[in-house]
Amino acid sequence: MTGFPILSLMLLVPLAGAIACLVSGNQSARQIALVVTLVDLVLGILLWLNFDLSAGHPQWQFVEHVPLFAGFSWALGIDGIALMLIMLSVFLMPICIGASWESITKRQGEYYAAFLLMETLMIGVFTAQDLYLFYIMFEAGLIPMYLIIGIWGGADRIYASYKFFLYTLLGSVLMLIAMLWMVHEAGTTDIPTLMAYNFSAKAQTWLFLAFFASFAVKMPMWPVHTWLPDAHVQAPTAGSVILAGVLLKMGGYGFIRFSLPMFPEASAQFAWLVFALSMIAVVVTSLIALVQHDMKKLIAYSSVAHMAIVTIGLFAFNVQGLEGSMIVMLSHGLVSGALFLCVGIIYDRLHTREIDRYGGLSINMPKYALFFLLFTMASIGLPGTSGFVGEFLSLGGIYQVSSWVALVCTTGIILGAAYMLYLYRRVAFGDQKHADAAAMTDLTFRELAMVIPLGLAVLWMGVYPESFLAPMRADIAALDARVARAKPAGDAKVTAGQPGAHAQMSEHEEGAH
Amino acid sequence: MHSILFIVFLPLLAAIVAGLGNKALGNVPAKVITTGALFISCALSWPIFLSFVAGSAEASVTPVLKWVQSGSMSFDWALRVDTLTAVMLVVITSVSALVHLYSWGYMDEEPDQPRFFAYLSLFTFAMLMLVTADNLVQMFFGWEGVGLASYLLIGFWFRKPSACSAAIKAFVVNRVGDLGFMLGIFGTWLVFQTTSIPEILHAAPSMAGSTIGFLGHRFDTMTVLCVLLFIGAMGKSAQLGLHTWLPDAMEGPTPVSALIHAATMVTAGVFMVCRLSPMFVVSPTAMGVVTFVGAATCFFAATVGTTQWDIKRVIAYSTCSQLGYMFFAAGSGAFGAAMFHLFTHAFFKALLFLGAGSVIHAMHHEQDMRYYGALRKEIPWTFWAMMAGTLAITGVGIVDVIGFAGFYSKDSILEAAYASGSEVGSFAFWCGITAALMTSFYSWRLVFLTFYGAPRWAASEHIQHAVHGEHEDADAEDGHDHDHSHELLDPHHGEGTAGYHPHESPLVMLVPLIVLSLGAIFAGFLFTHSFISEGEGEFWKGALVFNEHLLHAMHGVPGWVKWAPFTVMAVGFGTAWYAYLKNPRFPAAFVEQFGVVHRFVFNKWYFDELYNFLFVRPAFWLGKVFWKQGDVGIIDRFGPNGAAWVVAQGSRVAQKVQSGYLYSYALVMLIGLVVGISWVMVR
Repeated sequence: MTGFPILSLMLLVPLAGAIACLVSGNQSARQIALVVTLVDLVLGILLWLNFDLSAGHPQWQFVEHVPLFAGFSWALGIDGIALMLIMLSVFLMPICIGASWESITKRQGEYYAAFLLMETLMIGVFTAQDLYLFYIMFEAGLIPMYLIIGIWGGADRIYASYKFFLYTLLGSVLMLIAMLWMVHEAGTTDIPTLMAYNFSAKAQTWLFLAFFASFAVKMPMWPVHTWLPDAHVQAPTAGSVILAGVLLKMGGYGFIRFSLPMFPEASAQFAWLVFALSMIAVVVTSLIALVQHDMKKLIAYSSVAHMAIVTIGLFAFNVQGLEGSMIVMLSHGLVSGALFLCVGIIYDRLHTREIDRYGGLSINMPKYALFFLLFTMASIGLPGTSGFVGEFLSLGGIYQVSSWVALVCTTGIILGAAYMLYLYRRVAFGDQKHADAAAMTDLTFRELAMVIPLGLAVLWMGVYPESFLAPMRADIAALDARVARAKPAGDAKVTAGQPGAHAQMSEHEEGAH
Repeated sequence: MHSILFIVFLPLLAAIVAGLGNKALGNVPAKVITTGALFISCALSWPIFLSFVAGSAEASVTPVLKWVQSGSMSFDWALRVDTLTAVMLVVITSVSALVHLYSWGYMDEEPDQPRFFAYLSLFTFAMLMLVTADNLVQMFFGWEGVGLASYLLIGFWFRKPSACSAAIKAFVVNRVGDLGFMLGIFGTWLVFQTTSIPEILHAAPSMAGSTIGFLGHRFDTMTVLCVLLFIGAMGKSAQLGLHTWLPDAMEGPTPVSALIHAATMVTAGVFMVCRLSPMFVVSPTAMGVVTFVGAATCFFAATVGTTQWDIKRVIAYSTCSQLGYMFFAAGSGAFGAAMFHLFTHAFFKALLFLGAGSVIHAMHHEQDMRYYGALRKEIPWTFWAMMAGTLAITGVGIVDVIGFAGFYSKDSILEAAYASGSEVGSFAFWCGITAALMTSFYSWRLVFLTFYGAPRWAASEHIQHAVHGEHEDADAEDGHDHDHSHELLDPHHGEGTAGYHPHESPLVMLVPLIVLSLGAIFAGFLFTHSFISEGEGEFWKGALVFNEHLLHAMHGVPGWVKWAPFTVMAVGFGTAWYAYLKNPRFPAAFVEQFGVVHRFVFNKWYFDELYNFLFVRPAFWLGKVFWKQGDVGIIDRFGPNGAAWVVAQGSRVAQKVQSGYLYSYALVMLIGLVVGISWVMVR
């Protein structure tokens, strides 16, 4: 595979597919889109299989570098972290096409073209090694999503796309300015070089805040999260899947690729801010999720709470926190994607997201109830599912820094169980209250073909996460070494034991008998 | 020792086959597969246990699969077998196999049988993973796995709102405990840099006297870790404060109550404390906490048990109370006695539940003891089984001679508490003695109300349904709503049989009752030497802390301590006999006299009301406030909506230029990008 530009090919295939969809019009767009996304999935699998994991492997693999103009270059390359996120993207895309198969009836050509364009841009974000290339991909990725919400969305789609746009615009402007300054200062646009560049502490502070503005919105962190529930509610099912599955991961990816390695001191300096916002997010958004009537809103709020576990893990400055955050991101990509898919499946039948309009689905849709239960449990973080591994490592990472933060964030496992089980109870349990909901048919072959791979992936990541941890291990270790100089001390400060004292004490006790 | 792989994974396989096969597979194949798998597991478990009893087996670990490796933190899937595991293996597989068999009869009319049996087998797998764990995280896996199975089985009749609520409550309350467990694991890893149980236990004594920062204060390290882990145990084992889910869990089918909420899952907390006993003994404070909580639970649950009318609830509170005994035994340092009580309790409590199930089955799903009476002659096998269970739980036996199962284990627990000599130990002793009195009282009350006296079946709605052939009552085992709970037992109200004829249960239900009866009668006598006597050291082989000094002290307790349990047992029996057979007017008079006390106890000390007021309602209220006032009222109003208002003014202009909003925004963004990039290029 050496020398073969597989990354460029993975970018070009969906782009070509997008053009084909536009040209072919409504008739065959979905077939084209399915084939194209499956081809990209195969390419992704080839990429994973050929990713070098031998000892002392180079950090950046499949590197391509073509200088274009004015220092701007077509520079691609991936490490294990990027590889995993690319795999997530290419895995979810065919499922999104499947989810749109029958529910999208207007302007199909444009719809599938927008999705394929988005795939190109998402993979572009994770492969770009040039700062500007990254920026273009990062920001342009919003446009197709913006269109998908705005054109194929629900009744309130215009307001949702407004919000989505306004929030992200603010962050991206600040980030662009910061990038321009960085390139000026370091004299390069090469991301790996910048990751090793030491900015002065004062510069780091400002740069960190500028990047933070963008990533915090994308993440989303409390209190800049309010675009997410609206965007999800209005987006079509596939849009929600990709929004929750991949687009939210760009914030986390940004932190791990830019903020932490480029501004380690500033990251440590602002860790308290991240912790505070994350703790608030876990408690507040979980409580809000508890009182939602709209299924999509509930899951959207739960996403905010889960993403807070990502941020505390990232800013724990240790291997467990970092790896945990990555697994939470991958797991959340699968699980929340799957949950939105589950909502979409019943939405297609009844055309409402109102929780109270359902009930007793275990009776007429037992297969659906089984998968919904699996994803609910994964969302709660039941051991054996992907949700647990990430959450456990992430919280274990933060415990080493602060027991307070760990305690508050771990309450998420109680609240998460409460709102998800309450949702499951109202949808799948209880009596069949409404005749139309009771008449809904169980999963079709097409729907099974979407949920089964997701279910298997969730279990795989829960039982044998080594497949996903191994490619990232060296990169995380390198990042851990890079940020080690700013590592906080932790509040535990365990003192050495004095076994002698204990022996005396127990002798004393025995003497009392 | 590879049979352990079959013991653990056969139930999982059976659960998957029966669960996924479901209706396509059919009732009988699903039942054969799951029950067959459990009987094989059981048959493979006993030889392991007996080889440990004989002293010929050594602890072993069978690796299965790598799980997680993250930096210096790593834990794998592995199956550990030592004496402690072997005890649990026979308890779990035996009771589970018998409960599977029993369910053939009990769930016979149920349309959804494959799902039920799949859940039962899934539960057994998770429980086995818990007890074979070689590291804390796998234990947590089993811990949560049994929680899932418990949730599914409590909510098995998911059409009933009460069952759904009970299921959620069980899961969420357990999660409160799990919060402590998880933090405990993190702390343990932080201190010992490993999650491997043997390594932690090996290193624990050296941490005595060490301190750790936790929540901004400094505490004794081992105290913090043990108390956190114990909070987990409190949740799973329904100890005071986190006990509220257990009585509600009786919404599940009765075989489930026998397996999960009596014999196995709820004892997981006791198992955990025993498994980690070398950690706990390092911290006298933690041991004191365990003793205190156990003793308080033991007393509290026994008081509530004396007043309940629902036959299953009486036994549920009894379970809660017996778990308290196990904990204060462990807290007193008598881990062997705790495990022995766990072992004997599994048999006699499963027996009591299955017996109660048999009564309920005979009485057409009636669970209220006020509508029982005189069933001795109608269902004699069930009666004798319940007698065996009652004799065992009340601890009938003659000191230093012979007795039923509970006699050996309960007496040794009380002796240990007395012999431990600490203040909290004597608190536990007196709680235990009082609770033993009440145990005897409520157990015999149950027997007298159910099997003796005159029949009071006529007033039961369920019986009325049965007699008038109205079988469409879909909500099996619904019980009445308990709103007539303040109604007192009037011996002349609703007397008579209403022409109903209870039937003895089928053979598949009686066989488990007979087998468990044998366990309730002989388990104490047969195994007392291994578990708690001089043979203890060789039996446990270091699987838990064996305190020889305590054992000697237990033998040296005064005679009155040895005879006290027997005395209170007899008093409890006498009181129940007087109040429910000799002078049936007495309970009503008593309640009239002590109305306030009775109401307090009858309403379970108002824990549910308190928690609703403190946690549940505020959670929903806060959620609404954060949403409506916070997100919508503040963040949106001054954030995007404020900005959008400004933009909207501008877009009115744009609207005149172009028809669609969307393209204009896309355009604005693209222009922004182009401008940005051009600026870079010309720079």
